[in-house]
Amino acid sequence: MSSETKQILTTDGIPLEVSLKKAEKKNKIKAFLLVAPLLLFLFITYVFPIGEMFTRSVDDRMVTNMLPKTFEAMEKWDGKELPPEEVFAGFYSDFKVLVENQTQGKLGQRLNKEKNGFNSIIKKLMRQIKRNKINESQSIKEQIMKVHKRWRDVEYWQAIKRTAPPYTMAKYLKGMDMYFAADGSIAQVDEDRRIHRILWLRTLEIALFVTIFCFLMGYPIAHLLATLPMKYSNLLMICVLLPFWTSLLVRTASWMILLQQQGIVNDFFVMIGLVADDSRPEMMYNKVGTYVAMTQILLPFMVLPLYSVMKTISPSLMRAGKSLGGTPFVAFWKVYFPLTIPGIGAGCLLVFILAIGYYITPALVGGASGTLISNQIAYHMKSTLDWSFASAMGLMLLSGVLVIYWIYNKLVGVDNIKLG
Amino acid sequence: MSKNPEFVKFDKVDKSYDGKVLVVKDLQLDIAEGEFITMLGPSGSGKTTCLMMLAGFETPTNGEILLDGNIISNIPPHKRGIGMVFQNYALFPHMTVYENLAFPLRVRKIEKDEIDKKVDKALSMVSLNGFETRMPGQLSGGQQQRVAVARALVFDPAVVLMDEPLGALDKNLRESMQYEIKHIHESIGVTVVYVTHDQSEALTMSNRIAVFNDGKVQQLSSPAELYEKPVNSFVAEFIGENNTFNGEVSDISGDECKVKLPNAEILSNAISVKSKGEKTTVSLRPERALIEPTEKMDNLFSGKIEEVIYHGDHTRVRVNLLGNPEFILKVPNSTSNLELKVSQEIKIGWNSYDARALDPK
Repeated sequence: MSSETKQILTTDGIPLEVSLKKAEKKNKIKAFLLVAPLLLFLFITYVFPIGEMFTRSVDDRMVTNMLPKTFEAMEKWDGKELPPEEVFAGFYSDFKVLVENQTQGKLGQRLNKEKNGFNSIIKKLMRQIKRNKINESQSIKEQIMKVHKRWRDVEYWQAIKRTAPPYTMAKYLKGMDMYFAADGSIAQVDEDRRIHRILWLRTLEIALFVTIFCFLMGYPIAHLLATLPMKYSNLLMICVLLPFWTSLLVRTASWMILLQQQGIVNDFFVMIGLVADDSRPEMMYNKVGTYVAMTQILLPFMVLPLYSVMKTISPSLMRAGKSLGGTPFVAFWKVYFPLTIPGIGAGCLLVFILAIGYYITPALVGGASGTLISNQIAYHMKSTLDWSFASAMGLMLLSGVLVIYWIYNKLVGVDNIKLG
Repeated sequence: MSKNPEFVKFDKVDKSYDGKVLVVKDLQLDIAEGEFITMLGPSGSGKTTCLMMLAGFETPTNGEILLDGNIISNIPPHKRGIGMVFQNYALFPHMTVYENLAFPLRVRKIEKDEIDKKVDKALSMVSLNGFETRMPGQLSGGQQQRVAVARALVFDPAVVLMDEPLGALDKNLRESMQYEIKHIHESIGVTVVYVTHDQSEALTMSNRIAVFNDGKVQQLSSPAELYEKPVNSFVAEFIGENNTFNGEVSDISGDECKVKLPNAEILSNAISVKSKGEKTTVSLRPERALIEPTEKMDNLFSGKIEEVIYHGDHTRVRVNLLGNPEFILKVPNSTSNLELKVSQEIKIGWNSYDARALDPK
């Protein structure tokens, strides 16, 4: 009896589970096909570029490919004293190929980054080879060592050996103002050259303050939006959304017109006698300008999640709080405010993440003290063409955002986020 | 125990939202201490506005509201000490049941032990002990309702306002909650002002009912009087079922009058008619008209049965009587009158004092 009831059959005698799967399979395939374009799009535009960025940021195969025989011979070298004859021989034959292809310059540049003084001795060695001064039947080690005294210095050979692995974390260290010292340990750069750490901190600081300003200004607006009668709230909503419909550049440029020293805001201050005409405050090309412009631009991202959460809070809750004896402030603080936390979380997270990667606005109105990490990334992309460093910093920024997201999840819980 | 008959007093209160239309007109209402009074009326009749003015969320445009002899129009809601149960319960969704109940006590800076005692007492009143740590979202509608009632009572307010608190519950639950609220009121003797548009709710629970229409109290009296002796057509129509005849007073002497209909003349109890020639609407409760009456009645007419609907304990019979095709009769279900058939001619009689000649509709 019990064995009969175990498996339920359809009227055709097929087990119910099998029949159910079969019936749903078609729907599943349909559903998958519907999302497939998006999946593909996401992969091409998101997963693939990030993977590409990552490989680029750790890629260090150039020297590895240029000096294959050298590194093969170096495997047996302990790296403490000058390398044996085989290493020199390997290096010589690799180098000759480079000279024939005229790519030895790149090697010089790369090795010079590892240790200063490489460029000149590479050039010197290249000239010797071109003049056929090296006799291949004699000890190559002796002849190379004679070319320049640095070739007799073990530190230079150690530097070559350090470039052997095809992957390196050097770019990430550089992003944190650190580098691999000669002995392979991690060292700090000199204090007066630590620019990146300042930029990271400044980026965090500006993002934090912009988030706070957006919150302080957005909360009342969102509350007003949620409680006003429809005809006024629609108008206000348009005012909030208006910045979205204007080009970012136009908005930033208009802030420049407003905030510059001969600008409208300063003119107004002078007119009402707040400041003297000859001591107009600088409100642009510094942090003030960045704060003002970024707060205005990011405000909608704070207002909209807050608004959508506040819209769902019944006005009778505040009334209940008051009728039960809470002063308006107590009713707000104990009843209304806790219910808006999901919206606050969503808005702050959104604004902070957008602010941390902001680029055009700080570049235009920020001046020197408004330069952020994203400007530095752009600089390396466009000017120094050090794409691997730009990629490394981009990934550091991304992982920073993920860390913030993780902390947020631990504190508030992502389930509590309400975007609408 | 002397009770203040004017514990809550609306004194000539007007309310307008837009400066053009009066939502509440010249409201004069006294509520006695410990009374259960219901404001009953169709939507838009101004009853909720009155409640909101009493709670302090709206200010009267004119006139004063007094609580225990003190004018409260300028006192903000949180200082009035009035408990309120809202239509959608308005429980704080981020607080447990305990915290919801403790809220009014905490803002009054009552000590922890005292709070525990009061919360426990209030919860046992609505038989929800053991639910302290639940969140409102984990409770059923009826339980949430009870928490809301307990929260409105936990800080011992002098007056509790209830704004259609049972509107969202299903029929059975609503009925049992009606009795529960009534019993709580009886046991603790708090003054309750209750707003509803459901007449059976009002009749079940209240000491007195104020029927609102068009911003005015149409009638303020006990449930029985409201049903038996409506003072105007609106109340007669709004409370219970009602048969009407529109006609003209042809003769009047004392309490009694003759009303001329297009094709007959009926004897009525003159309530709001004063003189001959006045237009009037005569109101008659369905259960007061009898089929084939055995005793003598001063109104006796014959009509044709249009429809017979079986209701179990009684049968509703729709008759075309004196030109009114909507005349309803409620016939108790006894074996003698199961013979009712559609298009049958029957005699219908009623006593003149049950037919009330009211203002014309």
